[in-house]
Amino acid sequence: MLTRAWNSDLAYNFRTSPVAVASAALALILLIAATFAPWLAPHNPMDVASLSLMDSFKPPLGMADADWSNPLGTDNQGRDVLSAIMYGMRISLLVGFLSVLFAIVVGIAIGLLAGYAGGITDTMLMRVADVQLTFPSILTALLVDGVISAALPHTMREALQIYVIIFAIGISLWPNFARTVRGSTLVERNKDYVMAARVIGVPSWRIMLSHVLPNVIGPVMVIGTLGLGLAIIAEATLSFLGVGLPPTQPSLGTLIRFGDDFLFSGEWWVTVFPGLTLILMVLAINLLGDWLRDALNPRLR
Amino acid sequence: MALLDVVDLTVEFPTRRGVLRALDRVSFSIDAGEILGVVGESGAGKSLTGAAIVGLLERPGRIAGGQILFEGKRIDTLSAEPLRRIRGRRIGMIFQDPLTTLNPLYTIGRQLTETMQTHMRLSDSEARAKAIGWLDRVGIPAAAHRIDAYPHEFSGGQRQRVVIALALCADPVLVIADEPTTALDVSIQAQIITLLKDLTRDHGTAVMLITHDMGVIAETADRVAVMYAGRIAEIGPVAAVIRHPAHPYSDGLMASIPSLEHRVDRLRQIDGAMPRLDAIPNGCRFNPRCPRVFDRCTTEQPELLDAGATRAACWLHAHD
Amino acid sequence: MTKPAVLEAIAVSHLFDVSRPFLQRMFTREPRRMLRAVDDVSFEIAPGTTFALVGESGCGKSTIARLAVGLYEPSDGDILFENQPLSSARAQPGLRRRMNMIFQDPYASLNPRWRVSDIVAEPIRAFAIATRPNEVHARVGTLLAQVGLTIRDGEKYPHEFSGGQRQRISIARALASEPDFLVCDEPTSALDVSVQAQILNLMRDLQKRLGLTYLFISHNLAVVRHMADRLGVMYLGRIVEQGPAEAIFRTPRHPYTRLLLDAIPDLEQVGRARTPVGGELPSPIAPPPGCAFHPRCPLANDRCRVEKPAHTMAGAVQVACHAVEEGRDG
Repeated sequence: MLTRAWNSDLAYNFRTSPVAVASAALALILLIAATFAPWLAPHNPMDVASLSLMDSFKPPLGMADADWSNPLGTDNQGRDVLSAIMYGMRISLLVGFLSVLFAIVVGIAIGLLAGYAGGITDTMLMRVADVQLTFPSILTALLVDGVISAALPHTMREALQIYVIIFAIGISLWPNFARTVRGSTLVERNKDYVMAARVIGVPSWRIMLSHVLPNVIGPVMVIGTLGLGLAIIAEATLSFLGVGLPPTQPSLGTLIRFGDDFLFSGEWWVTVFPGLTLILMVLAINLLGDWLRDALNPRLR
Repeated sequence: MALLDVVDLTVEFPTRRGVLRALDRVSFSIDAGEILGVVGESGAGKSLTGAAIVGLLERPGRIAGGQILFEGKRIDTLSAEPLRRIRGRRIGMIFQDPLTTLNPLYTIGRQLTETMQTHMRLSDSEARAKAIGWLDRVGIPAAAHRIDAYPHEFSGGQRQRVVIALALCADPVLVIADEPTTALDVSIQAQIITLLKDLTRDHGTAVMLITHDMGVIAETADRVAVMYAGRIAEIGPVAAVIRHPAHPYSDGLMASIPSLEHRVDRLRQIDGAMPRLDAIPNGCRFNPRCPRVFDRCTTEQPELLDAGATRAACWLHAHD
Repeated sequence: MTKPAVLEAIAVSHLFDVSRPFLQRMFTREPRRMLRAVDDVSFEIAPGTTFALVGESGCGKSTIARLAVGLYEPSDGDILFENQPLSSARAQPGLRRRMNMIFQDPYASLNPRWRVSDIVAEPIRAFAIATRPNEVHARVGTLLAQVGLTIRDGEKYPHEFSGGQRQRISIARALASEPDFLVCDEPTSALDVSVQAQILNLMRDLQKRLGLTYLFISHNLAVVRHMADRLGVMYLGRIVEQGPAEAIFRTPRHPYTRLLLDAIPDLEQVGRARTPVGGELPSPIAPPPGCAFHPRCPLANDRCRVEKPAHTMAGAVQVACHAVEEGRDG
């Protein structure tokens, strides 16, 4: 079966596309660095005890006074920038991934329901999606985040913050998935194989899940990949604005925010390297998503 | 000299699984003013033949061998621009779906006059007058008024009439019609076929009529070429091929068509299906399904042999 | 008829609402637009026979197919399945499994993501005809063999098969619930001629062997000639001529039936010159008044332009035509 997958059109397309291979490699490197950060990172920036103010503001390699123990330099408290980035990527990727997953589940559920039921259900659900889409998704995420955070009692706020962020970003992204799934559902719903199931009396919910869903899930993969990039940026934006994750779980966005204060006083590396990493990560994901969309597009084959 | 002479035309499609040969040394000719039907089932290669002749093969398909001679000169080696000129002026095209042939954004008058003025020297008023004349001739009522209408304002049958007018307005000597009536209802089909037949006879235009519908061929064509898996199985006068087919495939094809006149207990069927391009059998392509197969059929591929009134690519007619 | 008709349609009409969306209508004050797809259609299908409905696009035959199998409820009139109202018959699984449907498009009628064995097994599982996996497997094998395929074909996906083979899979699926009655909606229209012959022969064989009753929908009169015992010719939602197939083919009475028969290019008449009847198929949304066929009818008179013809008997055949009724059709 693996040889069949390797020889399939999609895999062949992948193997012969330099962009796809390069971005996949980059994404993989970043993913491994993030996942295994506790073992791979040279230092642990969370461990306050290991920090020393003597190490603060060490510049990155290439500049004077740099050394290999902090190849990308340190911040104002002596935290190693490289390690902070690796730990930060974990959070960024985790939040991004979970929020996209949430958006996909909600989006598929609503899209399937709207497309299959049609009529007033469809109209209502899609109007809600349309209204939400008139707002920039960041704004929606900000709004949801703000409202829920304010509603939570102080004590629980910090612990639950990460879930609130995931929920907020997920909510801001569901309409895209819902619309695509609804469109595909509308097409599939009129196909004869659905009618064949109706003729023998299979209940609607079963038709939706077992017949229609497998056929509409394809485009979701592509939008999901691109959505992941959006979600990561969204989280970074929220953290940069200071309404994202608490400083005890810094993501790349938080790191950029920290370093922003020192940007013009000369210690540029504290903000630039996390920024570059964010760019590279989202770029790799977007390129992969673009390749996937073109590869799966039957008209381009 | 024949108007169109296709000699050993071979069309290939390079894919990553190897080169697929969609047309294998197809040869036939069309004389001035005659109607040649090209009939076959899906995948036989009849549309590809039409497309190859006018240089409209879709990538990555390419002509890999043979010659196409039009009015005595080779056109398969022409570059894009001279071929395009011939395509509008000397060879007209009619495709299956009038919805996609006609540009929905322009009036049909504009499309007609544009076509004519591209290929002939005409002033705007001359072109418009001619366009109205054509609409009239193809049976569009109130032509002078309808000339400024858009394609979506016509019915399917009327659109196909407009397409016929478009194909004939530059006065070509050959028209290639690819399934011109397949998308239409039966009663409209009859009208369109009669129209095509009458107009081309009046102007002495030759027609290459590509279709899967044998009945249409029977009514319209002078000669017919039956295609199978990228080759011509049989070619000859229509009456001969229909009433006394010499190739077992043509024979099976005619017999499997249910008749309007009488009902049989069982239609004669040809078992199996046309081979896929990547699984062409050795020898005669039809041999796995042929009720009269013998040894030679499985090893050697037959060329078109003389079989009385027609020519058939079948070893049953070898005279050696 | 000694046994009750398998399916009976009594004065069935069906309307579709094709009005513009509500908001638009609110502003322009347009009335609702209804499309009368089926208009006062009645027929009976005797067990073990094939009843065909023939017509061109917009005549309503596909709508009747869906009404006959209960996918829609008729706006007017009744449909009876073995003398019971269809809707209540369909509410009982025991009766619902006795009817099934075969579709036109071999590519859209099979779920591309399901294996063939699951596709064929769906009715078996839906009606719990067999529950243990090896029983289901055995039945699927039998069904596939019945249509000329093998159990190994069950492992594959639909895209690995040709159009004709997919129609066979469709037939196997339809037979899986062990039905008595099959609605066949243009089952061979998308197939090549030689493949069509295979499928038609298969369908006749199965009918003989399993005692099936067919409602056969088609636009191809030659195919209908081969399959039908009785047939109905439809035009713009009405049945204009109905009766034994032999009688209608031998002496068609209604002008539209004659037009249809004449319009079909005939293999036996090579090079025939003819003048086909002109005119277009009118739109079902705005049908002509009186008899819908009058704009194209060579026998139309003033009465035809205002009055819809009733169904009258002309020998063994039922015809809806003033000219026939008045003896003008000579």
